[in-house]
Amino acid sequence: MKLTNLLTSAAVALGLAAGAAWAQDKTKVGFVYVGPVGDGGWTYEHDQGRKAVEAEFGDQVETVYVENVAEGPDAERVMTQMALEGADLIFTTSFGYMDPTINVAKKFPNVKFEHATGYKRADNVSTYSARFYEGRAVQGTIAGHMTESNIVGYIGSYPIPEVIRGINSAYIHAKKVNPDVQFKIVWAFTWFDPAKEADAAKVLIEQGADVILQHTDSTAPQAAAQNAGNVITFGQASDMAEYAPKPRVSSIIDNWAPYYIARTKAVIDGTWESVDTWDGIGAGMVGIGEISDAVPAEVKEAALALKESIANGTYHPFTGPLNKQDGSAWLAEGEVADDGTLAGMNFYVEGIEGDIPQ
Amino acid sequence: MIRLEKRPQPSRAWSLATPLVAVLATMAFGGLLFAALGKPPVEAIRTIFWEPLFGEFAFYYRPQLLVKGAPLVLIAIGLSLGFRAGIWNIGAEGQYIMGAIFGAGAGLAFYPSDSFLIFPFMVIAGAFGGWIWAMIPAVLKTRFGTNEILVSLMLVYVAEQFLASVSLGLLKNPEGFGFPGSRNLQSWDAAHNAELIAGTGMHWGVVSALIAVIFAYVLLNRHMTGYHIRLTGEAPRAARFAGVNPARLVLFCLGTSGALAGLAGMFEVSGPSGQVSIDFNVGYGFTAIIVAFLGRLHPVGILLAGGLMALTYIGGDIAQSNLQLPAAAIQVFQGMLLFFLLAFDLLTNFRIAIGKPEVA
Repeated sequence: MKLTNLLTSAAVALGLAAGAAWAQDKTKVGFVYVGPVGDGGWTYEHDQGRKAVEAEFGDQVETVYVENVAEGPDAERVMTQMALEGADLIFTTSFGYMDPTINVAKKFPNVKFEHATGYKRADNVSTYSARFYEGRAVQGTIAGHMTESNIVGYIGSYPIPEVIRGINSAYIHAKKVNPDVQFKIVWAFTWFDPAKEADAAKVLIEQGADVILQHTDSTAPQAAAQNAGNVITFGQASDMAEYAPKPRVSSIIDNWAPYYIARTKAVIDGTWESVDTWDGIGAGMVGIGEISDAVPAEVKEAALALKESIANGTYHPFTGPLNKQDGSAWLAEGEVADDGTLAGMNFYVEGIEGDIPQ
Repeated sequence: MIRLEKRPQPSRAWSLATPLVAVLATMAFGGLLFAALGKPPVEAIRTIFWEPLFGEFAFYYRPQLLVKGAPLVLIAIGLSLGFRAGIWNIGAEGQYIMGAIFGAGAGLAFYPSDSFLIFPFMVIAGAFGGWIWAMIPAVLKTRFGTNEILVSLMLVYVAEQFLASVSLGLLKNPEGFGFPGSRNLQSWDAAHNAELIAGTGMHWGVVSALIAVIFAYVLLNRHMTGYHIRLTGEAPRAARFAGVNPARLVLFCLGTSGALAGLAGMFEVSGPSGQVSIDFNVGYGFTAIIVAFLGRLHPVGILLAGGLMALTYIGGDIAQSNLQLPAAAIQVFQGMLLFFLLAFDLLTNFRIAIGKPEVA
């Protein structure tokens, strides 16, 4: 009797130990977000990616996240905390997390880090970003066709290469279908601030813009356009479908899920390596939200044809002849921009008025 | 019938007890909030208050408390001097930014020199940056009688524009591939406000905060200026008769708080943050106002309050990560703290009386 008792308890103890060991085997994936998960834009889509990882791997993974993390020392602390708590893979999803990510990665050589939109890598730090400018080309085409005042308003966040690339790409393709088009650019100096974004949209609308493009993450410009009436917009980072069919006529959707799943799988399989990923429409990292019925059929067709040609690689949005704003030559006829120039783009193309804030 | 009766004298016991009662009430109501969100309340409270101090990874969090608390204390000490005299500097955030810009700029002008004089020069420049930014509302007030609350607050937004401008232009890292933000001072030894002893979180900003606490204590209790500050706050008319020069006091209080906020910005940019960037400021200047009041405008109280505030930030992040509490719930929790403090403060000057008012 005593022996059986002993054996039972030993079995239970073994079972518990095995259970604990099993729990240890779970791959822990951390996410650091710059905004709230409910922003309806940038952070929301990263969180959708996190949920996709959970759905894909179920019990094999555990995900954690911290939202609203300020760039700088706070980000460094949150990353360190995740690494201490046993995270195997940490996605840091804002450009300003670059130096903190590198700092923390040095202290935890066994933890893998993935930094979005940056350029500093290490043995355990990868970088990834999406070719949003491909989506901007599609937006520009629709905007050029749709504007009646020939004024397109653009809400810039920060004058960094990624945002400037987007403006150039949208402008080039709007100009192609409408030579009279003019861009008015307002810099909000924020990624997410509904009040500032709404003000920027209102200013642009008052200046005659009937198309608003935004590189900020909230839906405030959509609401401002809706109130103004005859103004169209595009969802940014997320579909923003609640403003469809008008003012929101289409959108650029960041789709991080396939990348997050692939990278988590690499950690589980032990095949993770530091890489630099820059994917676009073709790889599915950039999605084009459904073009609504507010857009005439032939415009929609043209936009979809452009999307298709970018996706299958037959067309590059930055194909010459293109000049810089000051009139100097940039790309010759048929020449395609190289990734290095695009990554550090700090100039407007010819035809855009105004200066990049310095 | 329950009513409030004014005390003949403010209660000293309640004045000391309110911060403690406020913290306890915050724990209780915060717990209810977390429970309503479907999270274990005791576990959440424990994570916020216990984990950073005594948890498994306290060896990392304790130094972080110093890093997070030092700028809060440094700024709040400066603010408390003015607040005591009824001079309201609400723009410490702007002075903090200008301190960082001046401090980092002064250093970067000499890049890549390795002179040992660079860091002291940056300290002076940082304090000067904050001081000059605070002098704007101070001079406008003494000369034209403008409201220092409005002017100092509005100058925060001007400072933010300056910050964006220098991050994109003047101080932009020439080797940064066109991205905004200055060189990282952490990788330049002459300008790096490094930890004095590795792994302790002790940097020059923490040391300065402690010195500021001692100075403020001595100033308020042993020095004529401190007496004038207290007198002006408690009895402005009497202060006038006692020969206090109100204009000089405004210049002194705003100038000191500006210089301390500037120092905080400079130590932050050259140490934990490392970089002048568009999003450099994270609200220390505003949070310090809460810290000043939570600490009863008393130097030692501010030291404790700064620690408590840092604790809720760090513990809050841990609770987010471990229990998946939303960030907004943590902010509500911090808001409760100030709310309860102000609410219970009423008991310092009033007492609750039950029954009918006595006829005098």
